[in-house]
Amino acid sequence: MEVWMSIAIGILFAVAVYLILSRSLLRIILGTSILTHGVHLLLLTMSRLKTGAPPLLGEESGTYVDPLPQALILTSIVINFGVTAFFFVLAYRSYIRLKTDDMEEVKRKGGQ
Amino acid sequence: MYLLHAAILAPFVLAALVPAIRKGTKKIHTGWIVLVLPVLLFVNFLRYLPVVRNDVTETFSLPWIPSLGIDFTVYLDGLGLLFALLITGIGALVVLYSIYYLDPEQEAIHRFYLYLLLFMGAMLGIVLSDNMIVLYTFWELTSISSFLLIAFWYERDRSRYGALKSMLITVLGGFAMLAGFVVLHSMTGTWSIRETIAMVAEVQGHPLFLLAMILILLGAFTKSAQFPFHIWLPDAMEAPTPVSAYLHSATMVKAGIYLVARFSPVFAGEAEWFWIVSLVGIITMCYGSILAVKQTDLKALLAYSTISQLGLIMSLFGAGSAAVYYGYGEESMIYAAATTAAIFHLINHATFKGALFMVAGIVDHETGTRDIRRLGGLISLMPISFTVACISGFSMAGVPPFNGYLSKEMFLEAMVELTHLHIFELGTWGILFPILAFLGSVFTFVYSMILIFKTFRGPLQKDKLGITPHEAPAGMLISPMILAICVVAIGLFPNMLSYSIIEPAMRSVLPSLVAPGEHFDVHISFWHGFTPALFMTIGVIGLGTVLYLLLNRWKGVYAMYPEKLTWNHLYDSLLRYGEKASRALTDAYMNRSARNYLVYIFGFMVIVLGAALWRADVLSLITPDTAPVNIYEIVLIVLLVISAVAVPFARQRLIAVIMTGAVGYLVTLFFVLFRAPDLALTQMIIETVSVVLFLLCFYHMPELRREVNTQRYRSLNIVIAISVGVIVTLISLSASGSSNFESIADYFVKNSHDLGGGDNVVNVILVDFRGFDTMLEITVLGIASLGIYSMIQLQLQGRDAGARI
Repeated sequence: MEVWMSIAIGILFAVAVYLILSRSLLRIILGTSILTHGVHLLLLTMSRLKTGAPPLLGEESGTYVDPLPQALILTSIVINFGVTAFFFVLAYRSYIRLKTDDMEEVKRKGGQ
Repeated sequence: MYLLHAAILAPFVLAALVPAIRKGTKKIHTGWIVLVLPVLLFVNFLRYLPVVRNDVTETFSLPWIPSLGIDFTVYLDGLGLLFALLITGIGALVVLYSIYYLDPEQEAIHRFYLYLLLFMGAMLGIVLSDNMIVLYTFWELTSISSFLLIAFWYERDRSRYGALKSMLITVLGGFAMLAGFVVLHSMTGTWSIRETIAMVAEVQGHPLFLLAMILILLGAFTKSAQFPFHIWLPDAMEAPTPVSAYLHSATMVKAGIYLVARFSPVFAGEAEWFWIVSLVGIITMCYGSILAVKQTDLKALLAYSTISQLGLIMSLFGAGSAAVYYGYGEESMIYAAATTAAIFHLINHATFKGALFMVAGIVDHETGTRDIRRLGGLISLMPISFTVACISGFSMAGVPPFNGYLSKEMFLEAMVELTHLHIFELGTWGILFPILAFLGSVFTFVYSMILIFKTFRGPLQKDKLGITPHEAPAGMLISPMILAICVVAIGLFPNMLSYSIIEPAMRSVLPSLVAPGEHFDVHISFWHGFTPALFMTIGVIGLGTVLYLLLNRWKGVYAMYPEKLTWNHLYDSLLRYGEKASRALTDAYMNRSARNYLVYIFGFMVIVLGAALWRADVLSLITPDTAPVNIYEIVLIVLLVISAVAVPFARQRLIAVIMTGAVGYLVTLFFVLFRAPDLALTQMIIETVSVVLFLLCFYHMPELRREVNTQRYRSLNIVIAISVGVIVTLISLSASGSSNFESIADYFVKNSHDLGGGDNVVNVILVDFRGFDTMLEITVLGIASLGIYSMIQLQLQGRDAGARI
């Protein structure tokens, strides 16, 4: 299963990088969003996708899945949300100010 | 007995007090108070003459950085004393001269004396230090104080240009010298010059010997304005004339010569040292004197003549080093005479060049110009200045009975002697030395005559002068007169110096040639028979007179030399093109496009990670012990890939946003499948809020456009994107195959209930085991929301937005 997951994560990364390299601010933000999903899945995959019960002790199971990466991913999701929200509003403000979402034009206008 | 330390540090202390002194004493010229110090120091150093003569040298040491072996060690021997006397003696005369030269009402004289005292202390520090790092420290201090003095009139462009040029060149050499010291240190393990001299046998056989030698010589040549580093000296003439007289004729430019003399015992006797020092010296001598004839500005002429004379002294020190090759004995004494000549000329040059600069300053001060073409006929108006100029000028030209004649004679003799030498392949090339020496001497004669006669003889051009010329005030004439008296006195009674100063200095330069307790035989005679040198002197005077009289006929030759081939042009273009090239380089890769920088970052990441994977040989495509493949997960993966790949192809922003949202919700489903209920919950909520935010924000933004990009741009993007994806996949595959350690998950699972008091292990980790993470993540959210609030609310306009916040 990890092999398939790794390939999927690679594709997510490739799509994300392609979007980040484009000129439109909207695509760049979508790219970072997809990049985050790739990272989260990578974190999960790297801790082995062994089957077991969810890490809830009430389950009374012999084996549980690893709880630590889950805690890490949870923290990451929240931080990422904060950053993305800030980024959205920044993009919005910069569009209002500069009247463009093209990074090449932002470069020209911002340099003045 | 730390009197020597006090002597070095006293100028610095006085320098700190100078501004207060000027404020406190409005009526007296600050220079009078400053003058006391060099006079006291000069008298103090005179007391050491008998001590040094009897070869009693003492060292005094103050610990500075003992753990690194760097101590402020001072040491007074013949060479150090000679320089110390020059520095303080001429320093006193220059301070006296400057009192009349600088107007306290119009000039910032407190700055002037502050810099000058700083320089004096630094210079004393150089010549008295035994520790190389201390020497280097003082060396750089002279560069800095010289920089400050050259730009004393900082409102003038030329002054700033000259100061910058001298700074760049001398500091370049200073760094090279420091590197040379470090190399020497690595050979011997000591910073002390005398201890290094004691280990000379080890140093000379060492493979790094040549490197250390060249680096140290680079420092000496830049400081002493040797070819081709001479270009800073003529531009340093923008400094006030007392500064030019002091720094750029008598003291600072001799620091390089001091360095060569001081390190002679370490390096001399080797062919490379002999050739580099004497050849660079003789070329500088010839080149400087030829260019001096061309100058029309008095101080520029004197600057080139200084370059030439410094080359002369340098070549003599080089020639004298041949004596060391022969070692202790009679034979070496013939060549040691070159060292005698070098030290003798060093003293002579300081006297006559100081006087000449002061005369040039007087002419400038009393006529308003230094341009030779506008001067003339001052002989009857300024008789005393003319006399001084005559004496020093003839001395510089090498005419009897002045001191310059004696040292020039000794110089020619030493150069002729070199042709008889059969070491260092001198048999073939040795003839070069007397020829260049003769040529240089002829031009020296010509420019000396120009200096004397074009300035003071001929018709008076009153309409071209700014002010009516008249003789300088008596106070201004005292210093040049004292120096001129020295010129005559040394010329007539040269032997009064020979055992008191020259002989002890020779013992410091050539210590291996005398047994302890013995002395060199130094005798400077006025008449030594019909030697080749005498005929050469006659030839110099004869040919020089002819060339001077026919000056207007052949001076046009100089105009034929193209401007583009001068060293100044090279320096200027080096600076200009250096700046241009670095700007072009920076502009080439820093083009302010975010996409461009991202290409660098991703490209670097791919290359470094790929290379690391390859080199560490950890690439493995098959991971053992994987979880079984599940049909649900495969379906999810297919859906995930489809929706992700659809995003770049979306033409409408709504579809793009929704496809991204789909990726997020599919990730949620993965979390469900991989048994992470808390993650699934959070991811779902956050994905929903994100999509809403997306739509809120981008409702106001324009539709996605088809990006018009060149084929190259697009294909580079695709290549980079795919390589990043491949690299991540490979790393992920390789890493999950090798788990070296057991996970610590068991600990959390076991102790969550007992220690944390909760059954939801993930939540216990978040708020109990690793609560700090959570606290800071809350802070991040807080900061983000405050940031968003302020971005929306504080809509400051324009450039001053930052200032107002």
